[in-house]
Amino acid sequence: MLELLDINTYYGNIQALKGVSIRVEAGEIITLIGANGAGKTTTLMSISGIAPPRSGQILFEGRPIHDMEPDQIVALGISQVPEGRRIFPFLSVMENLDMGAFLRRDRDGIKADLEHIFEMFPILAQRRHQQGGTLSGGEQQMLAISRALMARPRLLLLDEPSLGLAPIVVRRIFDIIERINRESGTTIFLVEQNANLALKIANRGYVMENGRITMEDKAAGLLVNEDVKKAYLGI
Amino acid sequence: MLSFAEIRRSVLVSAWFMFLTFPVMVIRVNPIEEVVEWRWRNLIMVGAGSFLISFVWRYLIARKERGKKAAEAGRAGGPPLARRAAVHAGFHKPLMGALAVFVLIFPFLFSTYQVNIMATALIYVMLGLGLNIVIGLAGLLDLGYVAFYAVGAYAYALLNHHFGLGFWAVLPIGAVMGATFGILLGFPVLRLRGDYLAIVTLGFGEIIRLVLENWNDFSFGPSGIANIDRPGFFGVEMSLEAATNYVYYLLIGLVLMTIFFVNRLQNSRIGRAWIALREDEIACQAMGIDKTKTKLTAFALGATWAGMAGVVFAAKTTFINPASFTFLESAIILSIVVLGGMGSIPGVIVGALVLILLPEYLRAFSDYRMLLFGAILVIMMVFRPEGLIAGARRVYEFKGKKETSDTADGIHT
Repeated sequence: MLELLDINTYYGNIQALKGVSIRVEAGEIITLIGANGAGKTTTLMSISGIAPPRSGQILFEGRPIHDMEPDQIVALGISQVPEGRRIFPFLSVMENLDMGAFLRRDRDGIKADLEHIFEMFPILAQRRHQQGGTLSGGEQQMLAISRALMARPRLLLLDEPSLGLAPIVVRRIFDIIERINRESGTTIFLVEQNANLALKIANRGYVMENGRITMEDKAAGLLVNEDVKKAYLGI
Repeated sequence: MLSFAEIRRSVLVSAWFMFLTFPVMVIRVNPIEEVVEWRWRNLIMVGAGSFLISFVWRYLIARKERGKKAAEAGRAGGPPLARRAAVHAGFHKPLMGALAVFVLIFPFLFSTYQVNIMATALIYVMLGLGLNIVIGLAGLLDLGYVAFYAVGAYAYALLNHHFGLGFWAVLPIGAVMGATFGILLGFPVLRLRGDYLAIVTLGFGEIIRLVLENWNDFSFGPSGIANIDRPGFFGVEMSLEAATNYVYYLLIGLVLMTIFFVNRLQNSRIGRAWIALREDEIACQAMGIDKTKTKLTAFALGATWAGMAGVVFAAKTTFINPASFTFLESAIILSIVVLGGMGSIPGVIVGALVLILLPEYLRAFSDYRMLLFGAILVIMMVFRPEGLIAGARRVYEFKGKKETSDTADGIHT
């Protein structure tokens, strides 16, 4: 479904990604784990077109998207839940969700999706007239995921959904990620520092170090890999 | 409140002020009689005045802090009285009705002079609401807004002078010209934010003014253009008084239209995209909002109102020259938006009326106008940083627990 071929991305003169290649198959949950500053977020930003790669190719369903504008990429069906949630604090929950559906014009479809989201996250329905900034961290993460879902993506990019959340909330967020993948068949590209949890719900995983992919395996394989255990699982 | 520490602080402040102002306020050298006058009375007045002011200042700050704490603890009695009265159903309609009647009969109650300055204030309401789109909603600090105002004014003046085009024909042309210049300015500054954007827009405003001042063949230079036609009304000849009243009503109409459009824009998807862009550019891009297009529409729409206001201004004064479009005008319009409350329509209206009408009625203080201007802005920023009437989106509103549980079951709305 998504293919990154030898991507090199720079911030000014600093090279953040060095020849990264990743394959994502339709319907799977894939995870990219690694330490701080490894280039995980940059990978997602490159896919979204916000930090486009200087060289290499990104193919979405066989189509090159690396020189497209971010809004065209969203229109193709790739949505990102950015790191640190980045909801709009002064807009209400409803308005935040509506911003997610910015490119859509089908009123009925939007309404149906909204109901689906409120069914999945009843707390958002309760708080829908409240300003985004007044939500708790977990609620904001739910809102950020919901907002991305409102674009009706086929590929959902999640950047550290566990960031700064209590373990019990993290568990719920991951349950929901699995549910989104299972129920609507949305392909999920999950970037995480919490390697243990991420690998447990993912089908396959990539390990990133200093802008390079250093390992690639089935998630179950990475979970028992000695190097991964030592470096990322803390066992 | 009247503790020893407080008094000591104020004494220190007043001593410092007495020291600072001593050379200016106390010593006066009289070169003719070759004597030095020591005006000790001034020293006492400065001391007493600064002592009092510092005391009142700290009292007000303390009161503000207490108010904040009370609001945080949930003990605040809801929104302030003025807002409650304004939105309360029982008050809202009669209030609006009374306001409408007052606005309609205003020219019959007051002299032509009053109507004239009110019309000027209404032009600034339009300008303020236009700039509010750019600054209040989209968060783009534009210090050259007066350039679009000049574009509109010169569009009418020149088209009227050379081709005899009437007010109503040029009004839409002025709007389009404004929008075009808005996009022209928008393109190069798309990647800039904050301070850099402010500097570039400031430069743009000056460029327009300098071009108008120096390109004599085109704009008649500093001498300006005179004898511009007043707005026509089906070819009816009007006395000066009737014409003034006519411009007043025309402006009321235009302001109402502006309010209507800005209100619709604010609650539309594009309006929310502006607010979202102001808050978080990366999240906007991740949502598929086209940054370029959204920013350009903000610039273009903001400039549209300035263009129209310019046309009306030229028609109202019948004479324009580049001196009407200096940076000071941009600063005044910006102050209207900031003082009134960014992103708030009633705020901007009140801000425009206060900032334009007050100096007119305070002619006696005209020497101190800029001083007062600065003082008002400083005091506002300290005590009401969100403006006279804060925009609804500028403050977090915590809804009570009761309300959230009430709406919990009504998901499908």
